Formats: sequence, C-alpha cells, structure tokens
Amino acid sequence: MKWFGSAILAILMVGSLRAETIVSTGDLGLVVERASGSLLLVDQSERASVTRITGLGDLSHASLVYSPDQRFAYVFGRDGGLTKVDIVEKQIAGRVVQSGNAIGGAISDDGTLVAVSNYEPGGVRIFDAETLEMVADIPTGSKTIGLVDAPGRKFVFTLWDEGETWITDMSSGGPQITKITEIGANPYDALITGDGRLYITGLFGEDGLTALDLWNPEPKPIRVLPDYGRGQQDLPVYKMPHLEGWARAGREFVLPAVGHHQVLWIDGQSLAETGRTDTYGQPVFAMARPDGRQVWVNFAHPLNDTIQVIDTLTKEVVHEFKPGPAVLHMEFSPRGHEVWISVRDAGKVMIYDTRTFEKRGEIDAESPSGIFFTSRAHKTGL
Amino acid sequence: MRSVFVLLAICCSPAFAGETSSSDALINLVHQDCGSCHGLTLKGGLGPDIRPNALSHYDVSTLSTIVLDGIPDTAMPPWRPLMSEADAKKIAEYLLHGDLK
Repeated sequence: MKWFGSAILAILMVGSLRAETIVSTGDLGLVVERASGSLLLVDQSERASVTRITGLGDLSHASLVYSPDQRFAYVFGRDGGLTKVDIVEKQIAGRVVQSGNAIGGAISDDGTLVAVSNYEPGGVRIFDAETLEMVADIPTGSKTIGLVDAPGRKFVFTLWDEGETWITDMSSGGPQITKITEIGANPYDALITGDGRLYITGLFGEDGLTALDLWNPEPKPIRVLPDYGRGQQDLPVYKMPHLEGWARAGREFVLPAVGHHQVLWIDGQSLAETGRTDTYGQPVFAMARPDGRQVWVNFAHPLNDTIQVIDTLTKEVVHEFKPGPAVLHMEFSPRGHEVWISVRDAGKVMIYDTRTFEKRGEIDAESPSGIFFTSRAHKTGL
Repeated sequence: MRSVFVLLAICCSPAFAGETSSSDALINLVHQDCGSCHGLTLKGGLGPDIRPNALSHYDVSTLSTIVLDGIPDTAMPPWRPLMSEADAKKIAEYLLHGDLK
C-alpha cells in the first residue's frame, strides 16, 4: 500500500503544480499602446494591468483578433506587421511584416486563417494562423477597408477607391472571390452583424450606407438612408467614424452619421430609418452595450474629450461626461456591466459602471487606443 | 492629479483663429490628429503620405492653404475653424522640412 500512497501524493503534487501554472484567459484583454509599440495585458475582473508586451512596431490604428482558445492574439499594426502574441506565456510567439501599410484584420470562423487588410500595396493577404505563412495573396489595386470574417471560412472586404465589396470564400482551399460592384462612393469602413448575415458599409463620398444580405447567394447592394444629409451643409470630418459589430440595439441598428453630428437608427428587418439622435460632435464609435439597452458614443477631434450615452428606447441622450483628453475607444465587459475607455492624452484606461455611470477604476497606460477583451474570440466580426 | 491633466490639456490644445500655439502642441496635433488619416508617422493611411519627400512639389503657402481650406470632394477637411493662419503656416513648414525651428 505504500506505493499507492506515494502515487496519490505524486498525483496530488502534479495537480497542485498544474494549478499554479494554469492561466485562465477568459477575463483578460489587451490594450494597444499606440505610440510605444506595446500591448498592456489587462485583467477585467481585477481591473488591473498584468504586464506589458513590447516590440510590436508601429501600432497607430492597430487592432487585433483572438484565437478560438483565447490564448493567442493576432495584432495588426499600421506598419504591416502581423504579430502573434501568446497571452499565456505573455510574449510574442511570431511576427511577420507582410506589407508596407496595413489597416486591420480578421480571423476565420474555424480559427485557422488570419487575413490582413492592406493600404500599400492595396489588397488582402491571408495567413496560416498557426505558422503565419501566407496562404493567399489577393491584390485589389485599391486601399481595402472593412475586412471582416463571415461564417463558412469567408472573409469580406471593400475597396475604398472602386466602391466594390469582395467576398472571399476559403472553404475549399484557395480563394473563390465574388465581387459586388456599385457599393457607393468612398466606402470608409464596414461591419458584419453578429449573426453573420448583414455586411453594412459606411460611405464617405455620398450620404447613406450600403447593406449586403450575405444569406443571399448573390447579394445585391441595398441602399440604406440614402438621403440622411440632404439639405444640410456637411460639417468637416476630422476623424472617420468606425463601424464595428456592436451596432444592434434591440430591434434596430445604430450607426454613426458622416459629416453630421448625429447617430442614425434603422430597423433591423426593413433597414428603414427609425430615428436620429443629435450628438455632441462627429461620432467615431457608436457602440451598443452587449444587451442593446444603451449606446455609447465618442467623438472626433476636437470634441474627443466627451462621451454621450443614448437610451435605446427613447433614443435620447441620458448621460454625458468627460473622461479626459482624447477618448479613443471603448470596450464593454462581455455582459455589459462595465465599460473600459481609453483616454489617450491622460495616459489612462478608465473603467465605468454602465448602470450607475460611476467610475470603478483606472489603469495607467501609454497613449492607449484600442481595448480588446478575449471574449471577442467567440463573436463573428470581432 | 486630475486638475494637472486638465491644465495640460488646455495648454496643449491648438490655438483657435488669431492665436498661435507652441511647437510641441502643433507637432502633437500633426501626428495624433492629422495622423488619424495620414498615419502616426505620416506615411499615409486612408489619406496620402505627407512626409517631406511626398510633399516636395508644394510650397509653404500652397500647403498651408490646403490645411486651412481642405480639398473639396476628398476626405481632407478644412482646419480653418480650428486653427489660426499662423499655425497652419507653421504646420506646412513642419511637413515640408520635418522639423520646426
């Protein structure tokens, strides 16, 4: 029986050793520190930073996506760098510089492919998520914007210069590309809804947005709010709005206007306008809390010190506050009880309760921009 | 500490019409806010490359007019509502020469 006791002891010891080294990542996140080329690993539950990961190049306008196991982040830098970061080992696991000038990326629904959207040379490149080896190169001859993943191992993106959307199907090896023309003038960004059905493109060169129903085998452009700015003088846009998959608020979608200080509401089924809310400035992000009950909006320079919160039922601003200079991004906790806000020129990430609007904490960060929680791993379009 | 940040923010804001700003504030504006479209390093994004080599065919006067009035039918907005002519000239000089005297 002695051997048995020793075996039990050994098993227990291994077990406890394991427990010490297990890192659970479900409530972690990464904050982009745009000027210093670093990421801050943060713990949502502790409202604290864990460590800083450096050496990621030019991270202005950087974004990232997560592997399905929430262990790896794929970081898309402005300098064309694609960096795979291991948030368990807290270090860089791989890095390639895949273009001269990039603008974001996406990961396929099965987690095996990472696509990067490039300005220079214009196009999309697709990489093996494991090795970062390039598996497809799709030149477009145009700056590409609005790259998202779609169900069925697809990526969808749009051409700024030509106003075309390309659907790239990677389900049978090489890329099968479907091109959809006449999306509109100068599409600046796009989003895909959480169900993977609608791809909505914002237009800079004309009023309105364009939706594609991806459930249709041959999607046709659907014009949304083509007249929203008619008869009004366009205001200068000092920063382009961003479209992200946080647009559904209840039965509607909420979207930033361009050149008008408004957010626009459309019906989730008919896509007809259901209302407008006047805002403090040019909206940059209009993000629905995960339950859809509120919409939080930040603004372009020079009004970028302020956040407004809009009630989804009344479409009225119910709260306005100034977190500090240069509010660049917001990220909700997965169920929406808190929101993290990056305040670039204060060098802080600030954390607020979304019901009481009370400040719950703050974290020092160097010129923070995008905040990305690992829960994005399980959401289409994020 | 919060009051210090607020003070800093006010000091660093670009000057509105008729005023002039410090060189540091203008350089920060160029990289952070022009950088929204042209990239933090000014090598281009949705907007074009605006590093000195790319702009060498402009003179200070033409370039500062573009900054103030924008370029119609493009995404380049007029900055006149937000800055003085003196500041626009300093920004044009900075863009053409890569530094501010």
